[in-house]
Amino acid sequence: MIELENVAYSYGGAELLSELSLQLAPGSFHFLTGPSGAGKTTLLKLCYGALRPTAGQARIFGQDVRQMDRDAIAMSRRRIGVVHQDCAFLDHLPLNENVALPLTVSGEGFSQQDENLRELLAWVGLTERANALPPELSGGERQRAALARAVIMSPEVILADEPTGNVDWEMSQRLLQLLIELNRMGKTILIATHDLSLIRAAKSQVQARVLRIANRRITAAGADL
Amino acid sequence: MNLTLQTLRALARGDSAADRVVPPTGFTARLTLFVAAAMAFLAVFALALSLAAGRLATSWGNELARSSTVRISAPAGQLAAQTSAALRLLQQTPGIESARALSEAEQQALLEPWFGPDVPVDQLPVPQLIEVQETARGYDPAGLRLRLQAEVPGAVLDDHARWRKPLAQAASRLNLLGWGAALLIAAAVGAMVTLAANAALAANAQVIAVLRLVGATDNYIARAFVRRFALRALMGAAAGTALGVLAVMLMPSGGETSGFLTGLGFQGWHWGVPLLVPPLAGVVAFVATAVAARRVLAGLS
Repeated sequence: MIELENVAYSYGGAELLSELSLQLAPGSFHFLTGPSGAGKTTLLKLCYGALRPTAGQARIFGQDVRQMDRDAIAMSRRRIGVVHQDCAFLDHLPLNENVALPLTVSGEGFSQQDENLRELLAWVGLTERANALPPELSGGERQRAALARAVIMSPEVILADEPTGNVDWEMSQRLLQLLIELNRMGKTILIATHDLSLIRAAKSQVQARVLRIANRRITAAGADL
Repeated sequence: MNLTLQTLRALARGDSAADRVVPPTGFTARLTLFVAAAMAFLAVFALALSLAAGRLATSWGNELARSSTVRISAPAGQLAAQTSAALRLLQQTPGIESARALSEAEQQALLEPWFGPDVPVDQLPVPQLIEVQETARGYDPAGLRLRLQAEVPGAVLDDHARWRKPLAQAASRLNLLGWGAALLIAAAVGAMVTLAANAALAANAQVIAVLRLVGATDNYIARAFVRRFALRALMGAAAGTALGVLAVMLMPSGGETSGFLTGLGFQGWHWGVPLLVPPLAGVVAFVATAVAARRVLAGLS
């Protein structure tokens, strides 16, 4: 679905990632780990076309990122759900409209899918908060809302950047369960996290591969995890 | 121009959901409205000035160009003879419709404002005036002057060109200036909307990032801004135009003795011209915002 081949990325001359290859097969579950600043977020951005590799080739759904224009990137986002570390929302719109935003911008509208939206909010446990504005939400609620927004278009791939960064252990377990459920529904999942206990908790329930970024390269993490 | 065309089509369709994704901005919105209104108000006056000057140039050109005067100054004994000679000559000149010597009473009426009613004008050596009406094709003033010189030594042809030309020129220049001012106003509206749109795009960088993340195309994002600014400019300009037209209507009318200043206003179908101001402001705002949005969005990742 998403392939990186000998990809390098440098911010103004300083190379952050190099000779990096990665393949996300349909239905696979990947963790991406590594020290802060190692390039986890950059790697995710390369996967959803927010950044273009400075060398090598990145393919999203078989299309070379370099040959995709801005509209093609936008269209591919409708098949990739992204959960950001800082989960940005439109602060002037209530939660349910924010969660339905991908439907709104794709021109589908969400009135006819109201039922879907309600189910989705119930699934992430935010039914009560449907009319709250994003600034009124707690960290965990924001993370779950971001996840709901990422999956409302029923994407094939879900990329999550530290989805449990700002929440307590219990909440991170709930979010993990949601992601594992999505994987069982056939979605491809890639989670960037530095939380090793989260990875351990997941490995007992799902066949997850763990990738580690260190020294600008990506390596398969050992069995110790 | 692809973006603009698509945006235009979407704009015509309307999309309330797209409008909602950009947060409302109270203060800059009011400023945009105000500037559009003020500019439209000025534009109405520029147009009124321009159209009035155009009217003036035409009417001076038409009315004055069609009449000339021949003045005969001769010793009292020869005046009648020279007048009839001049009349004969004028009637034979191609391009002259009629030539008529003014009666003593008419001349007296002309002079009355200068001398007062009590001065015995008929006892003064007043030159005889002949009023000449041209045909539409006109005559050759230089040729006529030569012939008059030869046959009627006391006659002077005054075809009004000497003083009419600079006035008509000034009027048509004023007309041009008015249109120039209207163009400048349109350009200023465009510049102002570009600045406001840039500010709005910068202020909503997070909104744009979120929209990009969830798969919004540039067209969709641009549309939300473009629609907003075009509508604001349209509404502001409509209000400004209404006020401007009202102000023009309230200008004191000079009636019969209307001069240039009291003639400032619209006549006939010209009243329709200010109606073009609001849609034009909307179009200018639309294009300015579309260009600004495209430039800003293309620079994002």
